[in-house]
Amino acid sequence: MSARRRPAIWRWVVLVLLGVYFLVPLVASFWFTIDDRRRGGLTGEYYTGIVGAEGFLPAFGLSMRLALLTILITLALMIPTILVVHLQLPRLRPVVELITLLPLVLPPIALVVGVGSVLRWGPNELAGTPLGDFLVGLQDENMPWILVFVYVVLALPFAYRSLDAGIRAVDLHTLVEAARNLGASWPKVVWQVVVPVLRTSVLNAAFLTLALVLGEYTIARLLIFEPFSVWIVQISGSEAQLSVSVSVLSLALTWLLLIAVSSLGGRRGREATLRSL
Amino acid sequence: MSAVPIEGVAATSEAVAALRERGGVEVEFRGLHRSFGDVHALDGLDLKVEPGELIALLGPSGCGKTTALRVLAGFEVPDAGEVLVDGVDVLGVSANRRDMGMVFQAYSLFPHLTAVDNVAFGLRVRGRAAAARRARAQELLELVGLGEHGRRYPHQLSGGQQQRVALARALAVEPRVLLLDEPLSALDAKVRVQLREEIRRLQLELGITTVFVTHDQEEALSLADRVGVLRSGRLEQCAAPDELYTRPATAFVAEFVGTMNRIPGELHADGLVSVLGQKLAALDAGDRQPGVGVDVLVRPEVVEVTADAEGTGRVITRTFHGAMTRVRVGLGTGTEVLADLPSVDAGELSPGATVALRLADRGVLVADPLS
Repeated sequence: MSARRRPAIWRWVVLVLLGVYFLVPLVASFWFTIDDRRRGGLTGEYYTGIVGAEGFLPAFGLSMRLALLTILITLALMIPTILVVHLQLPRLRPVVELITLLPLVLPPIALVVGVGSVLRWGPNELAGTPLGDFLVGLQDENMPWILVFVYVVLALPFAYRSLDAGIRAVDLHTLVEAARNLGASWPKVVWQVVVPVLRTSVLNAAFLTLALVLGEYTIARLLIFEPFSVWIVQISGSEAQLSVSVSVLSLALTWLLLIAVSSLGGRRGREATLRSL
Repeated sequence: MSAVPIEGVAATSEAVAALRERGGVEVEFRGLHRSFGDVHALDGLDLKVEPGELIALLGPSGCGKTTALRVLAGFEVPDAGEVLVDGVDVLGVSANRRDMGMVFQAYSLFPHLTAVDNVAFGLRVRGRAAAARRARAQELLELVGLGEHGRRYPHQLSGGQQQRVALARALAVEPRVLLLDEPLSALDAKVRVQLREEIRRLQLELGITTVFVTHDQEEALSLADRVGVLRSGRLEQCAAPDELYTRPATAFVAEFVGTMNRIPGELHADGLVSVLGQKLAALDAGDRQPGVGVDVLVRPEVVEVTADAEGTGRVITRTFHGAMTRVRVGLGTGTEVLADLPSVDAGELSPGATVALRLADRGVLVADPLS
């Protein structure tokens, strides 16, 4: 009996250690945001005050627009790519895998310095040319497309891995051939078979990308834009508790989304089982 | 092919009526070549499938049978040759416009759709109205005996049920040709036999031209109107099952289909071959010289075994198979011969018994000895 119990004890030890490691900073942050230092006791004002806070809505709106566009472009690029690689050019797979890994090994600071120097050609060397205008247009303060493009690159590793895992779990080759055989054109194969079959992976890729865009600071800051993450850092000087409460909320939101995604895969089966009873 | 009514299925069903009306079309492969690197999967395949016929393509793995089917379906493009369906070359037509219904070896149901939605898929991409396609899909599910399971998802169905749904799905689009790519190989033996009989019944009822790829000779022989035996991308022989078994055209077919003994013999100038002290007509001596050593190919059931103290053989094993008993006899020369005889005659032939062998007096196939 004792021999059997020992692994169980170790499981708990590991679980508790991990729990402490993750939970202590979270609980501390949360406590910081509800502790009323001026009057004592607890307060919710740092959460209720978020929406009305100076600069929050423009910054959050910008981040959401960036995230949405990044997700759409990433999926539009990666789904066809991964289909072609899996179905027609399996020999290219290691190459594509390597390319999608590059953004992980390339420090964002190096990326942003490179992007920054190219963007400066717009108002300088290339001023007045169509390409120069284009480079300037990319840096529009209200819709900085350059951030979208850079985020698409940064999201590649996550999106690729998520979709790749989904594809490996099913016999996509046969499913696609079955759909073709039944008369589906390629767009219909993608919309009616591939995307639904990979639904969980697609959502996973989308929410990982969302989390990435919401949290990215270095590039946005150095290119002098003010999305959500930059705004949090800026107000942390004057309104420390507010900035932490926003961080806690965004973390909770991201978690909820990811939990929702991971439960989707299992729920389809459960629902069906219930219906058939 | 004459239509045979299916028990338990309303012959008035619209799905059945539509498929019957469609009838069978002729399919012809002409000089198909397809190489993958140095491998010639198809090396000049010629084959004609008659309207309404069920033809089985049989052969060892790598013989090109699946490639031939995939070329017909539009999933492979041949390097040379033609594929005619109803007299028209279809090689320029993309897979989704070929109008072929295919059942795959691997489970191929769409995991996100229920059984009935899987069957309706082909009608959905053709833009049929939702109500009409559901009704049609339900009919087809009933046709394959799964009318009650329409709302289940693929993972809630057994392997055999999944392949039935796949069959219904293939038939739902009223295909011109039905393609079956080893659809039974993943199933267990009992379900396999049951489902193959059902496929045959349906095929006869609907009169649909069907190409069935398999490596299982029993399946091919029991199911098909004709069996095409492929070897290295070419057709060795295409014939009705009984003809293939009793009159194989080549030594390869003879040995691939059924069990075959090889007994050393010697060719004579008069087209006879001497074997086991008998002289029999050699059916395919070809241009071999008289006096050359050959192997004579004989089926176990044409070998007669009698207990004989003067005989040259000795029984090694005796295996009881019910009505028949298979006896393995060793000749002094190291050759072993299998013989099938009625169990009532096998009583004396216990292992160790000395026996005489005799071949039924009819023509035999010869082959070059194995090196």
